Formats: sequence, C-alpha cells, structure tokens
Amino acid sequence: MTPGDPAGPPWRRLDPRMLVVGPLGSLGRLLPLVLILMITGGGADPARIGIAVAAAVVVVAAGVVRWRTTRYRITAERVELHTGWLRRQRRSVPRDRIRTVDLTARLLHRAFGLSVVQVGAASGSPLESAGLSLDAVSTAEADLLRRELLSRSPADAPVAAAPEAPEAEPLARLDWSWLRFAPLTFSSIAGIGAIGATVFNLVDDLGVDPRDIGAVDDAADRLGAAPLWLGVLVVVTVLLVLAVVGSLLLYAERWYDYRLTREAGDGGSTLRVKRGLLTRRSLSVSEQRLRGAEIVEPLLLRAGRGAQCRALSTGLSADAQGGALQPPAPRGEAHRVASAALRAHPAEITGAPLRTHPPAARTRRLTRAVVPAAVVCAGLFAVGPAWAGPLSLLLLPLAVLLGLDRYAQLGHELTARFLVTRQGSLVRRTVALQRDGVLGMTVRQSVFQRRAGVVTVEAVTAAGQGGYTVLDVAAADGVALADATVPRLLTPFLVPEEARWPAS
Amino acid sequence: MISTMNVEPPLRPPAHRVSPRAVRWWQLRALPWLVVLGAPQLVMLLTTGAPVWPWTLAATVVGVLAYLLVVPRILFRIHRWEITDEAVYTLSGWLVREWRIAPISRVQTVDTQHGPLQQLLKLATVTVTTASSRGAVKIAGLDAGDAAELARTLTETTQATPGDAT
Repeated sequence: MTPGDPAGPPWRRLDPRMLVVGPLGSLGRLLPLVLILMITGGGADPARIGIAVAAAVVVVAAGVVRWRTTRYRITAERVELHTGWLRRQRRSVPRDRIRTVDLTARLLHRAFGLSVVQVGAASGSPLESAGLSLDAVSTAEADLLRRELLSRSPADAPVAAAPEAPEAEPLARLDWSWLRFAPLTFSSIAGIGAIGATVFNLVDDLGVDPRDIGAVDDAADRLGAAPLWLGVLVVVTVLLVLAVVGSLLLYAERWYDYRLTREAGDGGSTLRVKRGLLTRRSLSVSEQRLRGAEIVEPLLLRAGRGAQCRALSTGLSADAQGGALQPPAPRGEAHRVASAALRAHPAEITGAPLRTHPPAARTRRLTRAVVPAAVVCAGLFAVGPAWAGPLSLLLLPLAVLLGLDRYAQLGHELTARFLVTRQGSLVRRTVALQRDGVLGMTVRQSVFQRRAGVVTVEAVTAAGQGGYTVLDVAAADGVALADATVPRLLTPFLVPEEARWPAS
Repeated sequence: MISTMNVEPPLRPPAHRVSPRAVRWWQLRALPWLVVLGAPQLVMLLTTGAPVWPWTLAATVVGVLAYLLVVPRILFRIHRWEITDEAVYTLSGWLVREWRIAPISRVQTVDTQHGPLQQLLKLATVTVTTASSRGAVKIAGLDAGDAAELARTLTETTQATPGDAT
C-alpha cells in the first residue's frame, strides 16, 4: 500500500476537546505577557482591550484550524499524520519501524482526559521521519493506540479490533525511601537553578526590585554587617537547603506512582514505565527491539551507592530522562531492573565481573587528566592575578584523583549474549549491549595510543548513542574482543598468528 | 621494552588502495589553509610593517607546503578498502587510524558522492551506512568508475538481506 492510498481505514481526527485545550494552552503561555500588559497599563484602555480580544480570537481560530486540518490513520503497514493548513505536512512511519510509544498528559491535558502520543521509530533512511506525535487524543484512545502500535504483527491483526487489555507483569515500583537519592542527582540540582532563574526573571520582569521587599532588604543589611565568611556560609546554606528541597519535590513529581511492568501482546511483549504526579507519563518500549541496558551513576549518586537503569533502544528521546526505566535507586535495585528487563542474570549483563585494562591505560588516563590541568595552572601563573596561580595548584591533585578513578572504572567483558563495557568517573556508565544488535566494529588508534600499545574498540549499534566504546585495551586483546563480539566478522582480516610481530 | 615500541592491532591492511589521483585531491583540499592562515598575516604586514610578519608568513608558507608534500602521500599509503561477501572493511586516518568493519548483512544504503574537486579529478566517495548514527563507512578518493561499480555490487549484495538490527 502506498502512503497516499485513498483506500484503507478511515482518517481519524484528534479529540474534539483539543478545541478547548489547545487555545487554553496557548493562552497559558501568553499569560505572563497579559499580566505585564495589565500591570503596566492604566486600566481599561479600549485599544488594549481590543488587542487582547484580537489575540484571543486568533488563538481560538488557530486551535480550530489545527484541529480541522490534523488527520491521522493507522493502516496495516503505516501510521500516517497530515497536519497544517497553509503549510501542509505529511508524515508517515512504517509500523514495523516503531520501537517506542510515549504517552504524556500534562496537567491541562489530564483535566480534560487527554494524552499526547509520541511514536518513536527507527529511521530507515533520511527520507523517512523518525517518529511523530499526536497532540492529543483521549486517554482511552491513547492507551488503545499504544497497544495497537506496538503489536508487532500488523498484517494479520485487524486494525479496527481493539486488542484485549493484556496481562501486566509487575517488575518494579517506587519505594519512598529512595527519595534519599534525589539530592544526589545533578539534573535535579540543575533543575533548581532553572527554577530559581525563572522566579528571579519573573520578579525582575514585574519590575520588582528584590531589595524593595522588606524582609530581603533587612536580611541583606544584616549580612552586609556580618563578616564575609559568615555571609558566604549563610548564602551557601540557603542555596543548599533550597537545592535539597527542590530536588525532593522534583523527584516526587517525576516518579510518583512509578511502576515498571511487562505486558504481553500479540507478536511480542513490551516494557512499560508509568510515572508522574502532575504530568503523567507512560513509556512503552518494544521488548524485541530492546538492545541492552545502561547503568548510569553520576559521581554524587555513585558516592551514595545509588544508580539508575536506562533502556538501550532506538526511538527513545535523547533528553536526560530518555529511556529511564527507573528513578535513581539503590545500586542493587538498578542491576535487578536491568536483569529483569533484559531477562538475563545480572552476572551476564551489567553486574558481570569485568576485566581490567592494561597499565598503559592508567598512564593515558592520568596524562589526559593532568596535562590540561597543568596547562591551566601555567596559564594562570603567567597571566592571571597573583592569587590565582597558587590557588590553581589545587587542580593538580584533583586531576590525579580523577585520572586514577577513570582508570579504576575502566572494564569490559564479553558474555554469552552481551558485550559489557564500563567507563567514566564523573558519570560512570556500565553498558550491556546485545551482541545481536551490533552493526559493525571500529578499532581506533591514535599516535599516542600506538606508542602505548593500546586501541579503542567501538561496537556500532542503532540504539542509544549509536556506538559504545571499550577504551584503551591492549591492541591484540582489542582485536580479539572485536572478533569475538560478532563471530567471524574480523577473522578474514586478522594477521595470522605466526606472522605477527614477535612478542616480547 | 614494549612500552617504547609502536604496537599496532593485528589486522592486515585491506586489499585495495584508493586512486593515486586522491593525492592531488587531498593536496587541493589543503590549499585553502594557505589563504586562511596567510591572508591575516599579509594584512598585518602591509598595515603595520612590523618586522615579525615576514618571518611568520614565510614559516606559514613553508609549513603548508611541507604538509602538501608529505601528508597526502602518507594518507594515500594508509587509506585502503576491501569488500568481501561478508563485510566492508576500511582503514583510514593519519593521526588517528581507524579500522572499520561493517557486515554486509547490516548495510542499509550505499551512496556515491562527487564534490566539485572530485569531479575535476574524476574521483568519488562511497558511503556505506548501517542503521547506526555512527556506523557509516566512507571510502574517499576512489576512481569514479570504480566507485560506480563498487556501489552497484554493494547494492546488489545488500538488497537480498533482511534485518537491520534497529
């Protein structure tokens, strides 16, 4: 069936409630502007009211046009979406390329019983779009679509017939004691910074000088009178408390009622992550297309013995939470979730005992950490202010520690079905990649690596970042690893054993 | 002992070299650097007349010429490719060498590109892509005729193979 085939199932519209929700959402985004207009303006000026009414009419009309011109349908082979009035867009995703379905219901959408459906697909060629989004359909319809789109046998499953609600096998759920990991994730601290900046901007936009607020002014006066160290201490403490409270709130909002389940469907089961307090999210990943799992441990989280497990699949969003199968949780729980998701014993995947890398790798990690730090020091001594040079010497021991830790975390192992590789200090990542999902191998060697006798081996895959590396393994071991990962792939290109450069 | 020796991975080089005209191509591609690096210095020389600029300018010209004479020839010696029934195998890179192996069964598309310089020299680049964002295997500086032939064979071989492991 061609994409433009007039026959086939009828076109469907987005939910009519979008006629209300769409304009409301747009108005919500315009609200700050309206507020400013109201505050700065002197009351009921007819011109102002005219502008406001015109804006409202435009927003409502845009919502109606959008609803009228958006159509979608699901044929036996493709999902098609037509949007736009003046600029028409036609998107079409082959159903056998769909890998993930993401349902999101923000507060406004939830109030009206709607959900946004985001379909993630593996793009087969640059001409095919990698996915599409339906904003929005009713929650019941969204759930139906989710199951319909991820059932892997579109040809023999009649599209109109709603699949039965499948049996869901629970794999994990939220334990509120995990809240202790919330302050340990950098993303939440960054989130606090963003919220702080927004509030400050808002206050600033409204033309309020924080110093005009009595309490703030008073506190600033007292701080100014106190010694400098005390002032710094107070400010740091306040920021820290804010960051901790904010990260707890964010964690709770994001992961409230978190559940990881496996749903059996016709033609393959899916993993489903449900979570969220205000914004409800549900991510479904086709299990057949799951290529592996990754345990991510940012430094603070690692220090607190926490970790987070993510899925490796194509069609996942690239943001910080993309593919997250669980919230930051105890390390053991992360490995357990990885094991449950991949149906493999932890010792076969992320929990496998790893091979250490040769001493040359340690030298390289140290050099790569210390040399840039030394350059910064030298630069500050040469051109910086007098105090900066000596202070910058502190960087050197930190760089040594970083280099040593980066070496200590290096490791890899090849198990029956997975290639496991670990690296990174500030963010340690342990990746278990399905060997069946490897699309090729790359062996890389820089001039410095050649002198050190090591290589970097990369397993190329369609999922996640596109490739996962094993850093600085001995040259012969690296090639052996690449050859073993995809059996017989490299064998014809190996230098015969007896012809090799005589080993020392 | 071993730490002072150069140790390469025990992979034999791929069978075929690229076209000898690729040397000319790499030289032409490096030529703009002479303008990019030299022009600001020339301007400074003409405007300030400081005695340092003639020397830096001379050094720049010598440096770029040395690069033109040496590096493209090294690149030609290194760059190699090979296609078997099972895999595409390439070796490229000068400071960072890269051995790439992609199984034929996982190849999705085969593209041939001719840039303006490459057209002038009757050269072409063949890009073999898999489903990975990082998996593209490029063979640059092929003779245009060889490239077309190569692309045709590759397309024929890959058409019959299902499954791309996405």
